[in-house]
Amino acid sequence: MTDNDHLVRFVDIQKSYDGESLVVKNLNLDVAKGEFLTMLGPSGSGKTTCLMMLAGFEPATHGEIYLNERPINRVPPHKRGIGMVFQNYALFPHMTVAENLAFPLEVRHMDKTEREQRVKRALDMVQLGAFGDRRPAQLSGGQQQRVAVARSLVFDPDLVLMDEPLGALDKNLREQMQYEIKHIHENLGLTVVYVTHDQSEALTMSNRIAVFDDGIIQQCAPPEVLYEEPLNAFVAHFIGENNRLLGKVIEDNGDTVKVDIDNDPGTVVANRINVGGVGERTTLSLRPERVTVNPEPGELPNIFSAKAEELIYLGDHIRTRFTVCGHDDFIVKIPNSAVHAHLKEGDTVNIGWNAEDCRALDPSD
Amino acid sequence: MALPIYATPGQRIWHYTYLAFCVFVLFFLVAPLVAVIPLSFTATPFLNFTPEMLALDPDAFSVRWYKSLFGMCDDVDDSASTMCHNKWMVGAGRSLYYAVISTVLATGLGTLAALGLSSEHMPAKRAIMALMISPLIVPLIITAAGMAFFFARVNLSNTDAGIILAHTILGLPFVVITVTSTLVGFDRGLMRAAANLGGAPAYNFWKIQMPLIAPGMISGALFAFITSFDEIVIILFIGGPDQHTLPRQMWSGIRQEISPTILSAATILVLFSIVLLTTLELLRRRSERLRGMTPQ
Repeated sequence: MTDNDHLVRFVDIQKSYDGESLVVKNLNLDVAKGEFLTMLGPSGSGKTTCLMMLAGFEPATHGEIYLNERPINRVPPHKRGIGMVFQNYALFPHMTVAENLAFPLEVRHMDKTEREQRVKRALDMVQLGAFGDRRPAQLSGGQQQRVAVARSLVFDPDLVLMDEPLGALDKNLREQMQYEIKHIHENLGLTVVYVTHDQSEALTMSNRIAVFDDGIIQQCAPPEVLYEEPLNAFVAHFIGENNRLLGKVIEDNGDTVKVDIDNDPGTVVANRINVGGVGERTTLSLRPERVTVNPEPGELPNIFSAKAEELIYLGDHIRTRFTVCGHDDFIVKIPNSAVHAHLKEGDTVNIGWNAEDCRALDPSD
Repeated sequence: MALPIYATPGQRIWHYTYLAFCVFVLFFLVAPLVAVIPLSFTATPFLNFTPEMLALDPDAFSVRWYKSLFGMCDDVDDSASTMCHNKWMVGAGRSLYYAVISTVLATGLGTLAALGLSSEHMPAKRAIMALMISPLIVPLIITAAGMAFFFARVNLSNTDAGIILAHTILGLPFVVITVTSTLVGFDRGLMRAAANLGGAPAYNFWKIQMPLIAPGMISGALFAFITSFDEIVIILFIGGPDQHTLPRQMWSGIRQEISPTILSAATILVLFSIVLLTTLELLRRRSERLRGMTPQ
């Protein structure tokens, strides 16, 4: 991929509101044309600040943002031509839906017939063709959200920013809107930068996810890579469900390490990802669905005796909490089928896992 | 406000006492205004109810004081002929002139001040705000005396410009306060959205922000208008013979030539205020309904 394929580039961006603490620490990020990139992270991680700097509402303290290879630090927001869907939609309450959509066309001095055509097309796209004469307050939350999306697209921007746009909707509507936004993105060939703290939303919609924490991108990768190959303990913990075992490296075998688990005689063979040499502390990360119950002896390198503490019936699988290696919060997802084990609370069984699925990461706190 | 069915006798007694008290207060507020209205139709040149009026005798009522108010002197007898220089209409015209111009100035300047004071980057907000609303707090007589000395030195005494300036200063705090409180509820995200959609800052102000803070501007303007329209202290201190407003005419009328004309003027002012307030309240409700809010 050459530089010309990048629509947005953040180069060495730093942001501080008070001149002392950095909210964004040395951000470097490229967004390709046509990409759906999600900035995901807990609140206060700097993701919204990055979006506001891109939209032009916050100046970068240091570094430069490029849009189509043009530096935009000194371009005011109204000259950037970037579409944006705001968290609370920010629809103009004193204007009708059609007037809201016509606003960006009016400021661009588009003539009336073309304006009306475009407004109609945009409203049809979000299935609100009959609602042009309503005012925002007369619409439901989901409809307002669609109007906000239509308004951000009506002037044909190359880039659309979305700041937690689905946060105020209930679960069903949120899922439906996720698909609609995804389809609009695909059909129009838009570039979207999307901010959310909801990981399932990020996994559903994105081409790539940048996981933010503490003003730093911890990992930026496609959803499946992020889930299956997290590079550090924060990402492993933040994306999906994750079992953590803390310990110390006692043997370094190149691709794998042997780890002595804290407060327990057990040792675990783990995939070496992001860990120092012998004597260093590490966090082992293991997905609940990668654990086998009642493995054959010798089938797996890591087999331990575990006590089932709690069973939660979830239909397709049974979420089981075990005590293993001195940790009492070890979760295993046991599929609900005839071939899998049926446990009762208090049962003691053997559980095991592959070295490859157990990732030895940095010692998080 | 209905009583819940579980109210104790004590609560019931308190409730009805409270209602009676409210009715009493309202009565004392409204009674003087209501009393003025029939009295202004008296046929005699005196400020009291005659036995004939109380007996509802049609001959005891007349519109002669209204005619005198509007400068129609044909059938006014000698006792009231001194009133017939149409000073009332001249005064009303003056008052309207000062009130309109100072209201426009106070609304424009007050709105700008409120916008500036609501900006997060504004230093010394509280101090400036306190200074701006000081005409509301400082006794009017002090303000007036201060202005009289100052205006005399800058040659604004006895001028229309001086009165307009003084009335603008008096009306300003109302606009600043009402617009500031409207701005508290104003979603600044809307201005960001407007900028994001390509509107330049000034355009966005006219198209987005001003229509949304208009209710605050209107009620501020209303207060400023009323303040200027019935203002007398400043006029007495810094106005000359040319600054002859309606309140000044009423004031001199009641001191020098007690005549029921003042009652007809008062009646018309009461009606004028009712019409003005009702119109503005209806306008305000309409604008809130248009924004989809439930009128409060």
